[in-house]
Amino acid sequence: MATAVHEPPQIDQHRLPGPGRPGNGGWRNLVPADGNLRVTLDYSPPPSSTAIWVVLFAIAMMFAAFTSALIVRKGSSLDWRTFTLPSILYFNTLLLLASSVTLEVSRRRVATFMGGLKSQVVNPARWLYITLFLGLFFVAGQYVAWSKLRAEGLYLATNPSSSFFYVLTATHALHVLGGLGGLIYVIRKIGRLTLRRSALDATARYWHFMDVLWLYLLCLLWIKL
Amino acid sequence: MHDMSAHAVQHHAPPTSFIRKHIFSLDHKVIGKQYYALALVAALTGMVLSWLMRIHLGWTNAAIPGLQSLSKTGAPGGVITPEYYLQLMTMHGTIMVFFVLTTAPFAAFGNFFLPIQVGAEDMPFPRFNMMSFWVTFTAFIVLMASFFVGDGPTLGGWTQYAPLNAVGSVGGPGQGAGVVLWATSIALFCVGQLLGALNFIPTTLDLRTKGMSLLRLPLSAWAWFITSCMGLTAFAVLMPACILVILDHVAGTSFFVPSNTVINDQLQPHSGGSTLLWQHLFWFFGHPEVYIAIVPGIGIVSHILITNMRRPMLSHRVLIYSMGALAVLSYMVYGHHMFVSGMNPISSLAFSFPTLIITIPSTIIVLIQVFSLYGSKLRINSASLFALGFISMFVSGGVSGFFLAQPSIDIMLHATYFVVGHFHMVMGVAAMFGIFAATYFWFPKMTGRMMNETLGKIHFWLSFVGAYCIFMPFHYLGMAGNVRRYSSFPDDFLQPLIPVHRFITVAALVTGAAQLIFLYNLIHSRFWGKPAPDNPWEATSLEWSTATPPPFDNFGGKHPVVYHDPYQYGVESSVGDYVMQVSPEQVKTEQEEK
Repeated sequence: MATAVHEPPQIDQHRLPGPGRPGNGGWRNLVPADGNLRVTLDYSPPPSSTAIWVVLFAIAMMFAAFTSALIVRKGSSLDWRTFTLPSILYFNTLLLLASSVTLEVSRRRVATFMGGLKSQVVNPARWLYITLFLGLFFVAGQYVAWSKLRAEGLYLATNPSSSFFYVLTATHALHVLGGLGGLIYVIRKIGRLTLRRSALDATARYWHFMDVLWLYLLCLLWIKL
Repeated sequence: MHDMSAHAVQHHAPPTSFIRKHIFSLDHKVIGKQYYALALVAALTGMVLSWLMRIHLGWTNAAIPGLQSLSKTGAPGGVITPEYYLQLMTMHGTIMVFFVLTTAPFAAFGNFFLPIQVGAEDMPFPRFNMMSFWVTFTAFIVLMASFFVGDGPTLGGWTQYAPLNAVGSVGGPGQGAGVVLWATSIALFCVGQLLGALNFIPTTLDLRTKGMSLLRLPLSAWAWFITSCMGLTAFAVLMPACILVILDHVAGTSFFVPSNTVINDQLQPHSGGSTLLWQHLFWFFGHPEVYIAIVPGIGIVSHILITNMRRPMLSHRVLIYSMGALAVLSYMVYGHHMFVSGMNPISSLAFSFPTLIITIPSTIIVLIQVFSLYGSKLRINSASLFALGFISMFVSGGVSGFFLAQPSIDIMLHATYFVVGHFHMVMGVAAMFGIFAATYFWFPKMTGRMMNETLGKIHFWLSFVGAYCIFMPFHYLGMAGNVRRYSSFPDDFLQPLIPVHRFITVAALVTGAAQLIFLYNLIHSRFWGKPAPDNPWEATSLEWSTATPPPFDNFGGKHPVVYHDPYQYGVESSVGDYVMQVSPEQVKTEQEEK
């Protein structure tokens, strides 16, 4: 009945940390020698890199559900009224796209900083602050868009089209606020020199996903409303 | 096992205060126990609700002492009104499906044992894990609060069909605040489960210890992993649906209420909503939910049976693939709940086909389990008995699924007790038996004490016979045309069936009372049970290689190294007929022995 014994799988020595081998895909950690050693000794992907895909998948499913609701609701009714999207949305889109660019710039600078070339980067968090403010401006811009619609007499319950507009944009804005929370977490960790590369990567993936999601929502609203 | 304590994973330090140890604990084992306690309270509540319903169905005018104090309008003089019957039914379904069948087999046992079975010290995000429990707990409190708010809980059934779920109090007692509380509770529950998946998936993929390849994971760990993937997809869709229902209530939107809807002679202010939209969103969650309840049971029961029959299943891989197939197919079959909804008949056909296909992996699982049992010298104990009971219930309830998968037959049976009998056996009782099996099996590891085996066996036989006495007659009632959701049966053609209902009621009361034996065994053994050794069942997986109960970091500062497949039974080794996963001992194959 017995099956043959299996030896434990060999660990790829090249991926283990050691002198000249920083581990973690060539990135040196901000974690000091007496700090959390988990990441430097890890040879499996850090859980946050898997977890962020779990989060993004859940968000994608949520918006897929809203989208199918919008399509079914529009298709089954005669009371759907279209309206023009507030033009500030396009400006907000630019803000959000710009924030993705600044986040990438800051990621490179943090990478240089983590790589040990600290003298070249005085303040690695500077571009993260810029990203943070662009994100805040985006949410503020969305609020302006809602105010404009309210001024036109379009409220949440006025028409199914306005209902979906508010629901989709508000849910997205809440998720952007969550991303801002992630940015603040990363900035604080940099300040304490305890940032993990995986935390920065996860935050960046989340933030870029908010971008892509917003572009998708804008297209959906533009076509359907 | 070798010492790696110098670079052990330290997510968080051992707790010192009472609050951190027992209430807001970050330890996955404590969180698992908290989930179990929540499920236990929920199960007792759900069972009492079912008793009230059964008493009313058997003896419609019976006055139930004390019930009036719970609801003066719902049970004047202790006699349940038709509306209150529906409210009790809704709460019974919601509590059982969400807070028992999802919470116990997946969240409770999964939290406690998944990290240990993969060889990790904890879940990767302990704070999210703690939040997951407390959000779920809050969801339960919000749901229970609806008993005490306004005119009581919602009466729309656990499926909360539109437009009744969105019209407000004009729809009947509990359709105002009751629905809002229900939807809020379920939305919170979704958040809790999503936070759970956020931990379960990376635990399985990233925190496996050295040597623990995916195929070396025990079947229970695979089941929890597959279930967390299902939960991730399903609960992420139910949550927006609940948000839309809440908006229809509190913000006056019109997502689910069609134009010109007149209820109680009042034209509803909503316009143009779609009732089918709710059904699509709900059942996209609802059918995978059935598998969220049952797949952990399949994994747990397989794990327990293998340990007790002292040999692996006929195919470890095929069992895993079949559970995966169930997960994927469960999203393609949800429309079979809507055969009578007025949906396009071609859609019915499209949903009928995968519904028949999904019986194939289910059948493969059962056949593998049964043929693996064939000829084995099964160790009979409470856990293995309940595991056998699980298979029995799953098969008995599953067979009626073949009938219901045909749209033409379903039209006749859909609104009858046949369906009630079907899903109670295949999903409810089977999953409950899985929970019982898991409790008897893992209780020693969780608490450090053994449960009483004699009481466990008495509990099994009373529950097993009782469950058949309750739910088999449901099929007969359904075929006789007994409609479901009625609170009484005054019609001539239903009058002759009342004795059957009375028999079911008596069986339900006796079977429910038998659960007190389990409750006594659980509490008594927790404090006064025989101290448990580290590996009482001579099992091989990692949870049995650590101390009983496991230390704070699961393996006492060491990282286990895994050398074997999970189920090395029926071999010659220095400890007996098994080799543990962490044992570096070589195992001779039968050919080598010859």
